[in-house]
Amino acid sequence: MSPATDTTYAARAHARALEAPVERPAPPAGVSADDLVWAETVPGGNYTHKVLARGSLLRLADPLGAACAHLLLHVADRPWERLNVADTVKVQWNAYLGPGALLLSDQGRVLASITEDSSGRHDALCGTSTLARNRARYGDGSPQSASPAGRELLLLAAAKNGLGPRDLPPSVSFFQGVRVAEGGGLDWVGTAGPGTSLTLRAEQPLTVLLANIPHPLDPNPAYHCGPLEVTAWRGAPTGPGDPIREATPESRRAFANTDEFCAARGV
Amino acid sequence: MTTETIVPARAAWSAVIPAGGTLTITDLHGNQAVDFLVYDAADTAVRYSAADTLQAQGGIFLTTGGVLMSNEHTPLMTVTADEVGRHDTVGGACSKESNTLRYGHHTWPQHACVENFLAEGARWGLGKRDLVSNVNWYMNVPVESDGTLGIVDGLSAPGLSLSLRAEREVLVLVSNCPQVNNPCNGFDPTPVLMTITGPET
Repeated sequence: MSPATDTTYAARAHARALEAPVERPAPPAGVSADDLVWAETVPGGNYTHKVLARGSLLRLADPLGAACAHLLLHVADRPWERLNVADTVKVQWNAYLGPGALLLSDQGRVLASITEDSSGRHDALCGTSTLARNRARYGDGSPQSASPAGRELLLLAAAKNGLGPRDLPPSVSFFQGVRVAEGGGLDWVGTAGPGTSLTLRAEQPLTVLLANIPHPLDPNPAYHCGPLEVTAWRGAPTGPGDPIREATPESRRAFANTDEFCAARGV
Repeated sequence: MTTETIVPARAAWSAVIPAGGTLTITDLHGNQAVDFLVYDAADTAVRYSAADTLQAQGGIFLTTGGVLMSNEHTPLMTVTADEVGRHDTVGGACSKESNTLRYGHHTWPQHACVENFLAEGARWGLGKRDLVSNVNWYMNVPVESDGTLGIVDGLSAPGLSLSLRAEREVLVLVSNCPQVNNPCNGFDPTPVLMTITGPET
């Protein structure tokens, strides 16, 4: 039986009666609820976005071993400085992201550092999925379909931050791994299993765009993607003497550039 | 109709290639990295995507048969001939800024590919938001089993060429790489030859 919505009063009462509790991830161990600035579970095939202050910690968790977090980072209010995956792998002399790795901008500065990673299965080469490819693989890739493409969702997240298609460079993804074989082929290694997480520290004020969708090389013919838990809390940027900062000459110079820039900006 | 242009060492170049036309790039002096971006001439928001190119071919190296895919996962250009064997999709362009990380702040005054891309792109109304991870023709970037990657000595030689067929009308932006801190240009940037051949009629 359909609800009574034949008058404005009935429609208002009906709408107000719809509210239901939302399950949110708990603050990570050691994080007080007062410091928490973001707690959200992103279902498979959906997206989220947030602007984070410099120093914030952003934790992505894959409770079922079936999430794939596609991430783009732009400097907040200055989005032409953004994630550059080529500089990220080239400057660090490594194609694979893991603990201690930096996500670099195109301006020789750090956007985020990976402070913790219990998965080790990530990808900085293959980007995200597209409408055309999802149509071919799953029959559809539009946002309203049962198999939304990563680029379609990142476009929506970008639009809500005043950004458009020209603001979407190749993204990175977490929790489903790809490795480069001898000869240059790409090998799917997939998940490290349920219950892994990765924590990023924002080294500049960041606009964070996140889509949780199957990795474009996922061999599963069905569109399957598990929930992604997102939490963030207040913190401070990586300081002098931190092992992440001092790890290599490249990381030391990247943080020096970032500090100098942020000091001049007053952030 | 055929047009030939020599791009001087360290310089930028651009051209519109008609659908069905072919661009042949000749490494005149050997081991000269040619940084390369390509856009749909009718809508430059549709542009080369390294990620989609890798997805489509299942590997990181480009050679004959490889298709340069757009960010909408549609073909922009196809490699129809290649005398070298493999080219880079991972390393991106050098910049004054990334040079400070890779080689030290004393290298900041040196010219770099991003400068070329920005200057040449501006002639077509393109700006910084339009620069994405590019192809590096003639550049050799292997990846080890532990993920270590780097620009190593090239596989090219004087006179070797590759050809690209435009799958639609495309705008091509090129930086003839000026980098002198790694072997991508044999530590000596040199001119390259661009040959545009019209579509067969």
